[in-house]
Amino acid sequence: MHNFDFVKPSTIAEAVKALSDGDAQALSGGQTLLPSMKQRLAAPGTLVSLTGIAEMKGVCKGDGGLHIGAATPHAVVAREAAAHYPALAALAGGIGDPAVRSRGTIGGSIANNDPAACYPAAVLASGATVVTNKRQIAADDYFQGMFTTALEEGEIVIEVRFPIPQKAAYVKFNQPASRFALTGVFVAKFGDGVRVAVTGASNNGVFRWTEGEKALSSSFSADAVKGLSVDPAEMISDLHGTPEYRAHLVKVLTGRAVAQANG
Amino acid sequence: MPKDGGIGASTKRREDVRFLTGKGRYTDDINIRGQLYAHFIRSDVAHGRIRSIDTSAAEAMPGVAKVFTSKDFEGAGGLPCGWQVTDRFGKPMQEPKHPILAEGKVRHVGDPIAVVVAETLEQARDAAEAVVIDIEELEPVLDMKAALADGATKVHDDLASNLCYDWGFVEENKEAVNAAFGKAAHVVSLELKNNRLVANPMEPRVAVGDYEDHSGNHTLYTTSQNPHVIRLLMGAFVLGIPEHKLRVVAPDVGGGFGSKIYHYAEEAFVTKAAHILKRPVKWTSTRSEAFISDAHGRDHVTKIELALDADHNFTAIRTETYANMGAYLSTFAPSIPTWLHGTLMAGNYRTPLIYVNVKAVFTNTVPVDAYRGAGRPEATFQLERLIDKAARELGVDPIELRRKNFITADQFPYQTPVAVVYDTGNYHATMDKLLEISDYAGFGARAAESAKRGKLRGFGIAHYIEACGIAPSNLVGQLGARAGLYESATVRVNATGSISVFTGSHSHGQGHETSFAQVVAEMIGIDAGQVEIIHGDTSNTPMGMGTYGSRSLAVGGSALVKATNKIVNKAKKIAAHLLEASESDIELKDGKFTVAGTDKSVDWAGVTLAAYVPHNYPLENLEPGLEETAFYDPSNFTYPSGAYGCEVEVDPDTGKVDIVAFSAADDFGNIVNPMIVEGQVQGGLAQGIGQALLENCVYDENGQLLSGSFMDYAMPRADDLPMFKVDHSCCTPCTHNPLGVKGCGEAGAIGSPPAVVNAVIDALHRAGHTHVTHIDMPVSPARVWAAMNG
Repeated sequence: MHNFDFVKPSTIAEAVKALSDGDAQALSGGQTLLPSMKQRLAAPGTLVSLTGIAEMKGVCKGDGGLHIGAATPHAVVAREAAAHYPALAALAGGIGDPAVRSRGTIGGSIANNDPAACYPAAVLASGATVVTNKRQIAADDYFQGMFTTALEEGEIVIEVRFPIPQKAAYVKFNQPASRFALTGVFVAKFGDGVRVAVTGASNNGVFRWTEGEKALSSSFSADAVKGLSVDPAEMISDLHGTPEYRAHLVKVLTGRAVAQANG
Repeated sequence: MPKDGGIGASTKRREDVRFLTGKGRYTDDINIRGQLYAHFIRSDVAHGRIRSIDTSAAEAMPGVAKVFTSKDFEGAGGLPCGWQVTDRFGKPMQEPKHPILAEGKVRHVGDPIAVVVAETLEQARDAAEAVVIDIEELEPVLDMKAALADGATKVHDDLASNLCYDWGFVEENKEAVNAAFGKAAHVVSLELKNNRLVANPMEPRVAVGDYEDHSGNHTLYTTSQNPHVIRLLMGAFVLGIPEHKLRVVAPDVGGGFGSKIYHYAEEAFVTKAAHILKRPVKWTSTRSEAFISDAHGRDHVTKIELALDADHNFTAIRTETYANMGAYLSTFAPSIPTWLHGTLMAGNYRTPLIYVNVKAVFTNTVPVDAYRGAGRPEATFQLERLIDKAARELGVDPIELRRKNFITADQFPYQTPVAVVYDTGNYHATMDKLLEISDYAGFGARAAESAKRGKLRGFGIAHYIEACGIAPSNLVGQLGARAGLYESATVRVNATGSISVFTGSHSHGQGHETSFAQVVAEMIGIDAGQVEIIHGDTSNTPMGMGTYGSRSLAVGGSALVKATNKIVNKAKKIAAHLLEASESDIELKDGKFTVAGTDKSVDWAGVTLAAYVPHNYPLENLEPGLEETAFYDPSNFTYPSGAYGCEVEVDPDTGKVDIVAFSAADDFGNIVNPMIVEGQVQGGLAQGIGQALLENCVYDENGQLLSGSFMDYAMPRADDLPMFKVDHSCCTPCTHNPLGVKGCGEAGAIGSPPAVVNAVIDALHRAGHTHVTHIDMPVSPARVWAAMNG
């Protein structure tokens, strides 16, 4: 690891100011950034910790849904969201291992937008709103491809606001080594339709399976997607699975998520 | 009932107290005053010619003591290979030089090019970024068959080709085997791969070199399974340091699995660098570094064929294997696909004719060497997969086909057609035991229950044999071993009767401190707590060959028995003197020497005190003291065997395999500590299941390691494994070592992979996927799904 300076501001304004230095990098739970720094693949001059900012932490019911501070660790979401949004809480409780869950945060996860991360599927399927220090961004506009988001220089995620669906479930099929999602599907049924978000599968990062959504919006049952097929063209190929396998998993896991959501 | 602490007792492992309370002392815990830190700069390309190395900027950086390149090792030898294989045509194998640091070319990702030694590790790493290395990239040699084609790019320019050797075994049988195939009623064949693995012991490798200028004494602390072997190889062949000026210490070592047998460049480097710099030098591998610098395991590509007569008797076996050596020959590498693989191709069966062909190939990958089982898992996997396939093709029960061809209990000792003589075994018994403990009879009901949940259940069997107790020196010498493979022990009885045992074996997880003490305690009849086992330091242990190949109890334990017998014999002489009786009348029982038929006795401590305080002692015909050393060289290998049964559930929608039950019925001969044996079997099973379901070392077309971290290299975890049923009540003691023991360390990793794959194929066949005849390991969800839908 190269040497770096470390600051831990207590307000968003201070954090934004500290990040205006071109060599500064925001640090949340550090579950991706710190291993990269240890391997000398990243070498920011200053790390700006976001975990000392009170208004960026916590889970609370708010206007039209559940508001989760960006610096809230997965373990806290798993515990505190359970009564309000069980599918989201279950997703948070299934990320990594206990050590990862006590450090890693939702803001860190969606700012990084790893194509195999779990949270992007929840945010996109829920139609959540990503609140930054500058604006509010709809999930559909926020995720822009593998490791790419709508965030601009100096923009930090403050909070994520989740509408609470009538029914929802997340089913993850583990990549056997990392236990990230080889493919993961989050299904959320709202009064005006169903949203299906897929992580782990696509070269373009998290995406909505619109064909599945259409079928499920008319009949929210596992059988509704059985006759569909998913195009493998944009799917990831690696040593753990072919594009065809991942495309197949999208359908299988969607059916399982629906069955689980229906209890 | 075995006596507590004696042979046969499940005595708790005394070493675990320090391991579990964080008091172990591993090599990385050793820090010597004035120590410098080494950082290795390794090749990031698979194959290339070094045009230039500019270290000047790095040498000027803060804290840097020196930047080393191959120029600093011009007088040193290459890392030696301990085994020379002779090919089919009587010629020795091709043996390239394996330099400490790359000379002219780099030959695999991870090949060390230069080393920065600095006051701190971070300073060394900073300076490493300032070393400028210009490499002309060359085409990487990766595919073994392509590597042997005419005109293929060569890994070693000075060799004639990429072929290390083309080995035939038994070459004289080749025509007879071919003739048997010509006459066969049935021929079954299978092409398969044995996946390349990375050992990944919990403790990565570490080496600390120290040098004492006034005496010229070198000390190397290293994570080794065999410190004496390292001292011999490095001292005599690499650095030219005589034994009395070189001490090698392997303290607590956190697992080896074979990967810590070999002499590595880093060991020679820190030893030499400490001498040059006159300061201690330490290197600690990172996990990432371990993936590209520890020797890998397995990596065979094989075609195997079985000939059967009309009654389904096996009449011949023929195999052709391509064995990946990697870029250089690691210490034991050439022996693995030959003498530890070809000699086991008879398995547990009476096949009269066998011909094994092995082509060992150099590629631009990390060197491959022994990994838990070493050659024997490869042999067992081929054979046990093929027999299952044969049973399906012939429409017979795979268990019955095995039973029909088993060597029977009355045929031992059994001379196989591939050189070795099995001393004992009872394969029908282990098979019966397996079917009992696995409740094979209840499988149908369990399969029906699985089907109700939409799962495909399958049962897979494998029966294995291994050659352990490595090894009879006169035999392996004829086969190309450049060292003897005996073992040693010194038993030092202290004045008050406590005992310090110095063994040439090395424990890095096996529990020797407990089980070796049980042997001595049982033989003398004293409390095991009075016996201490000391190992791992060449300065106080007799020259021994270390621990690998399930050899420690069978060979090291036998040396210990020999030395203890000498102690007992001398102690009886002393007792006879003290009791004024004839030596032949002295009996030793429960730590007490008695004159037969009388109540005259002296206890153990009375005798040992007399040995060291010889006021009343037969000085005229007996030396004082009570310390004996013995060396033991086995007359044969030992042959543990067993039957393994795996039960799986396959998810037909995702292809995911869950192992729902696993049973192991082993014959290890006599057993000293059943609890330790069970632990060894369970660990072996976990590693074998890891190979079968999860682990895979994969290079891309450029020779980059795709599975170079735990993010992509899947180690088995507790929740990947079922509760194991382990039984070792079947016992045919080894006939040629004093304890009658066979060894148990590798069995689990040898027998389990074919059982797992056989179970998956069974599940698919029962569900109607009869076109699936084989799936290569790891049997990942994606591969199973592809096979079902292929």
